[in-house]
Amino acid sequence: MTSSVHINVHHLTRVEGHGNIVVNVSDGVVEKCEWQVPEAPRFFESMIRGRHYSEVARITSRICGICAVGHTLASVKATEKALGIEISEQSWKLREVLKHAENADSHILHAYILVAPDLAGAPSVFPLVETMPDVVARALRLKRLCHEWGSCIGGRTTHPTMVVPGGMAEVPSMKELRELKEKLVAAVPDLEATLETFKAVAPNIPAFDRPTEYLALSSDQTYGLYDGEIQSTLPDGTKQRYPVADYKQVTNEFVVHQSTAKYTKNKLDSYAAGALARFNNNYDMLVPEAKQAAEFLGLQPICTNPYMNTVAQVVEVVHSVYDSLRIIDELLADGVKLEPLVKPTKYGSGADSVEVPRGILFHEYEYDADGFCKGGNCIIPTNQNHNNIQHDFNVLVPELLDADKSEEEMELALSMLVRAYDPCISCSTHALDVKFVR
Amino acid sequence: MGKPKVAFFDFACCEGCQIEMTNYGAEPFLELLNHVEIVEFREAMTEKTTEPIDIAFIEGSFTRECDRARLEEIRERAAIVIAYGQCATTGGINALKNHQDDYKEYVYGTDSDMPHLDSQKAYGVDAAIKVDYYAYGCPVNKYEVLQIVLHLLHGKEPVIPNYPVCVECKRRETVCRFLEGDHCMGMVARAGCTAPCPAAGIPCEACRGFVDDPNIPALEKVLVEQAGFTPQRAHEKGRMFTANALEATS
Repeated sequence: MTSSVHINVHHLTRVEGHGNIVVNVSDGVVEKCEWQVPEAPRFFESMIRGRHYSEVARITSRICGICAVGHTLASVKATEKALGIEISEQSWKLREVLKHAENADSHILHAYILVAPDLAGAPSVFPLVETMPDVVARALRLKRLCHEWGSCIGGRTTHPTMVVPGGMAEVPSMKELRELKEKLVAAVPDLEATLETFKAVAPNIPAFDRPTEYLALSSDQTYGLYDGEIQSTLPDGTKQRYPVADYKQVTNEFVVHQSTAKYTKNKLDSYAAGALARFNNNYDMLVPEAKQAAEFLGLQPICTNPYMNTVAQVVEVVHSVYDSLRIIDELLADGVKLEPLVKPTKYGSGADSVEVPRGILFHEYEYDADGFCKGGNCIIPTNQNHNNIQHDFNVLVPELLDADKSEEEMELALSMLVRAYDPCISCSTHALDVKFVR
Repeated sequence: MGKPKVAFFDFACCEGCQIEMTNYGAEPFLELLNHVEIVEFREAMTEKTTEPIDIAFIEGSFTRECDRARLEEIRERAAIVIAYGQCATTGGINALKNHQDDYKEYVYGTDSDMPHLDSQKAYGVDAAIKVDYYAYGCPVNKYEVLQIVLHLLHGKEPVIPNYPVCVECKRRETVCRFLEGDHCMGMVARAGCTAPCPAAGIPCEACRGFVDDPNIPALEKVLVEQAGFTPQRAHEKGRMFTANALEATS
């Protein structure tokens, strides 16, 4: 067994935001094994104080450039709860398509640009421009498609403009929706090729199992990206649902010994959020094409290998394309028209949630009688996953030592594990988990 | 001569402007790679360099004294530094809390004295180092960014608008937000975005900052008289993405 290891990955690459991996092993004893987050704090919850309700989502969208759609939707939904606003069915459907677009957009970026180089043995996507030009071109095509898909509904994908409290400030024309449908249908060959690509590299995904609790939004009507109740699935398949309003009782933020780190946990020592957690919770609600994709890629619920999160993301891309086509057909059949925004019926407090690419996201706000924000709270999926990543490390490091892995191999395995979670560290709005060991 | 070496660096921000680089589609992006060599881009690549760089894109605000050395090191080896996105050009949304005395305590409570939570007011990176060019916007206009790169590759000076967003609304025949019973900051906001927000039915929040020498008293007067804002709300409106510029004018 490997007896001495010193890993210090400063600012892990190919993740969103800044994170460090520190592992020290001497004489076979693991002295330090940490996932650290040194991202510069940004104080969003302070910025929104005193801002009008129409501005709040435009501010909190800026928490994250990758999950901007999700932060906007969670923010606007929480504000609508606080203001007693019920949006129209058309707005609901448009937002569902927008949510799908973001999920696919982020997953394509993560699977192709951030993860695939590891599986292909390259340091980044740029060397693959020479060696796998077709795959890189396809990745960029799909990324562009997702950008156009989200922009059609949301105005743009990085900080969408059209989603506002009360509905949609602008809607796509019927012509634009028809064109979107045509683009999604035309992308099916690229989707199928994507499945082939990831099937080919799947054997390079490390084998590692650590059963944990999986938390995701869940609904009896849909796969639960835009809306649902909080659901927990345990490794033995036990499921439990909680109202979104009770999110604090499920996330149970707590401070870690010797650190200010706020972690989360529910029934077990930690829980996972993200594509794999959604897949494990909501497999039954996937469209048939996505279930076929899962079977093709060898992914079955309940999967307890965190590295398979990337495969679950690919399955979700398929789901989002086909479920969007279904919703777009309904919108085209009903006709889309610009609707007046629904006005507030009260001013109080409210919490709501959406699934962003990295998992379940909660926003909560309180407004005064004039509609100005008194305060807010955001609990983001990456922070919910930090505790689970740390628990994975605690199991994985001894396994790697037992398997006689070199320091270099261990560093890659741990980096790939963190990347599999697709952490979005800029989202660190709420609590930062840091212990500096030098 | 080899291709110019380009690198991306990030500080306090959402990294959304980096994401915009991935939204060009296959042909434009691969064509761009025929003309520049990307040598460092932490969000997308593991490769790093300590060599001289021709163009450094810096994203994110300068919020911590401890980041100064890293910025100076980038400046040292970069022939051209571009502040990339609003956080880097003016502090952007991060500056929205600059006027508050209690932002650390409000978010981190009794933990706010921890050294790793240290964060001063947010400024553009030119508060720490010399910046050669500014790519404004939250997010950047990715086509303007291409224009900037194109100009630099040809040895030309990039042209960055210094006229208000109202000009771009007129150009695309967007009905004024004030005529729709809304408010807007387009009359003092720096153009160059093609004014997508008023066209999408929402006000311009001046996410590219103000034009040079903005008439802030007139902005506040219009917000009070035309949009029915209280004087306080009219003043606070100017803080959204432009808090540092607002402080500079008052």
